[in-house]
Amino acid sequence: MIELVDVSLRYGNLQALTKTTMAVGRGEFVAVVGPSGCGKSTLMKLVTGLIAPTSGEIRVEGRRVEGPVRGAGMAFQNATLLPWRSTLDNVMLPLEIVEPFKRSMRKDRKRLEARVQKLLEAVGLGEFGASFPWQLSGGMQQRTNLCRSIIHEPKLLMLDEPFAALDAFTKEDLWQVLQDLWLRQRFTAILVTHDLREAAFLADTVHVMSQRPGRIVHRCPIAIPRPRTLATTFDPAYTEIVNDLRARIAQLRSQ
Amino acid sequence: MKQARPWLLTIALFLLWELVCRVFSVPAFVLPAPSEILEACIRFWEPLLVNGLQTLYTTVVGFAVAIIVGVLLGVGIGSSPAVYEALYPLLVGFNAIPKVALVPVVVIWCGIGTVPAIITAFVISFFPITVNVATGLASVEPEMRDVLRVLGASPLEVLRKVGIPRSLPYLFAALKVAITLAFIGSVVSETVAANQGIGFLMLSASSRFQVPLVFAGLLLVAAMSIVLYAFCALLERRMAGWAFRGQAS
Repeated sequence: MIELVDVSLRYGNLQALTKTTMAVGRGEFVAVVGPSGCGKSTLMKLVTGLIAPTSGEIRVEGRRVEGPVRGAGMAFQNATLLPWRSTLDNVMLPLEIVEPFKRSMRKDRKRLEARVQKLLEAVGLGEFGASFPWQLSGGMQQRTNLCRSIIHEPKLLMLDEPFAALDAFTKEDLWQVLQDLWLRQRFTAILVTHDLREAAFLADTVHVMSQRPGRIVHRCPIAIPRPRTLATTFDPAYTEIVNDLRARIAQLRSQ
Repeated sequence: MKQARPWLLTIALFLLWELVCRVFSVPAFVLPAPSEILEACIRFWEPLLVNGLQTLYTTVVGFAVAIIVGVLLGVGIGSSPAVYEALYPLLVGFNAIPKVALVPVVVIWCGIGTVPAIITAFVISFFPITVNVATGLASVEPEMRDVLRVLGASPLEVLRKVGIPRSLPYLFAALKVAITLAFIGSVVSETVAANQGIGFLMLSASSRFQVPLVFAGLLLVAAMSIVLYAFCALLERRMAGWAFRGQAS
């Protein structure tokens, strides 16, 4: 579904990415890991068309990306919920922008609200639809953020370290929440993270990026069956994958 | 009790003022006692009312124009780097001009009276509105912008859904400053070039040494300014209450 062919990017004198090649299948969950500052977030912006590559080509569903792709979902570490909107209205936002929901917003608002409510219930926020962001904990805000990024059932979901600011327990909760959502909707997902346990838990394939100038240096398929649970994180196969990834990144950093 | 405190303090200040005037027998043409000012208020209630309404009128019209122009300029500057680079230095330079010095020029163009007062009130008060609206728009998180752009939102939708609501608290903060400035503008213009308005009334009263009446005019302007300020604050609570979460609930 997504193909990057020899993509390079320069910011002025800074070579951010060089000759990056990567392919993501439809419905695949991909994680990109690497040492900090290696251009992981840049990769996200390239795939969504927010910035254009200096050279090389990016294709989404066979079409070359020129300008922002439409209708993709995105979530960042910073939940960026709108403080003047309730949780429910925050999650409604994409429906007010993306067709065909936008068209039916006026006469069908009730039905769309019910749809949002159902998703909120699925992530354990059923009772908080009327609450405002400042009344929610960090984990709940991030759940809301996740809901907002997939409420319009995007084909492509981009996640940029969405759980980086959360405590360990909340984080593992949200891994499960995200996995459940993915198992249900089967969107194509690209998760950028520096948490190797997170990458190994969530992804079908983990791509390892090198130090700047970044490029994909290793591809690691994760064959652990789904749904993965907390017990999975104590599985020797899982631990082995995480250790292998850690060793590779340690090696990259020492270069 | 808590709400009564500012009133009590105000009354105490006036009482102190009265006491000082009486104890030291300060002549009325230097500093009239509050009782003498009150007397002047009652005696000259009609000219005070007529001229007060005139000042209120020029101020409110000038302020309204300042809101429209200020918001439009602010949106332009805040949403387009090109407009920002071109226009902002110009505005800063323009704002550095003492507005009092502009009044004679406006008089040459428009004559005396209502029009220069409106123009001065506008000119003096639009700048803080422009700057604050632009700042409000600039405070939209880049991540939020990315989320919306990738959803396929047009620049206008980004402005409507996020930019404008985000900048409302900034706008209201500016309005509270601007309304006071607008009063200063119209009164200044009236003292220089007008035959009506509180500024004109105060000037002619002082030339006749009716100092209590001058102070009555001052207090009237202050009172009107406070009322309009309170109105802006009320609007702020209603339209951007989310920015005051700690105090509201």
